[in-house]
Amino acid sequence: MKDSITTVLYNRQMAPGYYCMGIAAPGYPQLARPGQFVMVRVNQSYDPLLRRPFGIFRTGTEELSHSEMESQDYMEVVYKVVGRGTRLMSHLVAGDEVGLLGPLGQGFCISPDAGGAMRDAVLVGGGIGVVPLFMLAQQLVARGVKVHLLLGGRNCGDILALAEFERLGVKTSIATDDGTLGEKCFVTQLLQATLQKFPAVQVFACGPTPMLHAVQQICAAAGAELQVSLEATMACGVGACLGCVVEGRNHSEQQPEYLCTCKQGPVFDAHELAWTQEALGPVLTPAEDSL
Amino acid sequence: MSSLNHMKRMSPPPKLEVEIAGLRLKNPVMPASGTFGYGEEFSPYLDLEQLGAIVTKGISLAPKAGNPMPRLAETPAGMLNAIGLQNVGIEAFCSQKVEFLKKISTPVIVNFFGNTLEEYIEVARRLNEVERVDAVELNISCPNVKAGGIVFGTDPVTAARVVSAVRREVQVPLIVKLSPNVTDIRVMARAVEDAGADAISCINTLTGMAVDLERRCLSLANGTGGLSGPAIKPVALRMVHQVVSSVSIPVIGIGGIMSAEDALEFLLVGARAVQVGTANLVNPGAMANIIAGIEEFLAQRGIEDVNSWIGSLK
Repeated sequence: MKDSITTVLYNRQMAPGYYCMGIAAPGYPQLARPGQFVMVRVNQSYDPLLRRPFGIFRTGTEELSHSEMESQDYMEVVYKVVGRGTRLMSHLVAGDEVGLLGPLGQGFCISPDAGGAMRDAVLVGGGIGVVPLFMLAQQLVARGVKVHLLLGGRNCGDILALAEFERLGVKTSIATDDGTLGEKCFVTQLLQATLQKFPAVQVFACGPTPMLHAVQQICAAAGAELQVSLEATMACGVGACLGCVVEGRNHSEQQPEYLCTCKQGPVFDAHELAWTQEALGPVLTPAEDSL
Repeated sequence: MSSLNHMKRMSPPPKLEVEIAGLRLKNPVMPASGTFGYGEEFSPYLDLEQLGAIVTKGISLAPKAGNPMPRLAETPAGMLNAIGLQNVGIEAFCSQKVEFLKKISTPVIVNFFGNTLEEYIEVARRLNEVERVDAVELNISCPNVKAGGIVFGTDPVTAARVVSAVRREVQVPLIVKLSPNVTDIRVMARAVEDAGADAISCINTLTGMAVDLERRCLSLANGTGGLSGPAIKPVALRMVHQVVSSVSIPVIGIGGIMSAEDALEFLLVGARAVQVGTANLVNPGAMANIIAGIEEFLAQRGIEDVNSWIGSLK
């Protein structure tokens, strides 16, 4: 966990409204685990004041022949322009400075049985929720797990990073609300069909809260293990402000059990959470500058 | 010229030590309650030994769930929060949080509050028994909880009653944190001084509101929240200046301090120390930069002791 001022390496538009930013991030290829996030400060001014949380899409090391440095570690965040912070971020170019705090939070937990008893894993991504699933897919594939990726979005413009997953050899199924790509249905319907074929799998999901509620119900009914990555508006990202809490399984007014999305999450085992309508906070779609 | 520079380099670094009601602080910088957890959360980013003091999140008699989400809203150069004083309660604080604080030597100031006079007294009594508690900060000013803070903190008679009741329970220095949401903060300051406060910290957050145009609702589930950050600094400076001019006990300045320059402004108008709040949330190492910046500023001007800067406004 480090806080530093670092450099934007590139900032490319992936699809209308979606960008991929590469940021110089020494140590991240070794440090960052799938499902972790970073807090990015888009500039040094007081407006916007707060950092924005972003899931880590991937990390890597680039060989540099022309520079004094032989190689450069980097990390990529993929983000959707939803508010002031992300709009300012979309205007940054190579060489601009950003504040980078991370890697933060608890990532996905890969079962010791992965590749052994656990041969199949289902990854469910709704829109920008695909972001933390890429590094997870990388690690699962490396362990010999067969990864089934299910992506959903309102239309074809919301389906991201398909080529990256294809290069990993991941089998991908797509659902869009308007049928402009893949099947015209909800991604949760794809999940239901997939769980019928592979009943004893581990499911990993990230996306809007209503999608996660549906995924949780489907997995509970099918007896599938589920981990979810939550998004939340955050101020500090380190568990201090208590602005991003969700209700834990045993939460009550008398015995509060609040979990910080930033510190105990953003990835939770589904059993840790309460799953009432209020438990994961209000449904904000799209969440302003959220994870 | 070069010999002058040489002499400046050779002179010892300025003394930053200050004293608040008998409590010696190695420098005048400490966190504001509620932005620093119980200390431990920030240990990966900051050497806690560097700080003048540690100020904990507000503690109440029973654990407190806090407000529903959303609890945060960003505003221009500021933020609104309505956390609702979520905390582990005095029992868990003593059994779980004090242990970590024993590992460091920095003075610990425990912020606390109650919903009734009896609760204030009970928490104060319990805190007074904890060896690691070097001072207490009485929160009579949190605007978020309907049953709590605002009633005590906006009426001088009620505020004085709480302060004198708590005063009887604690031997350690008693700091009273004032709300800015009053007509005349000087009246409140004098009331708590007369009731036995050893020091005053001010200001707490300003009550504010944000609306969501798309959803046509208030942004915070609680409706109102406390405004903090650089946006409130001019208001805070004015109020700290007023309080310093109306009481003879030391004043700790709070409100939108992001940089060493901001801190130095509060010290200049007479604050004996400062609390840094929202800046910790933006940058967990903020206080280390502020302490270093204060030292550098004083050194560059040949000021040997921060105490000769404090209150030196012309």
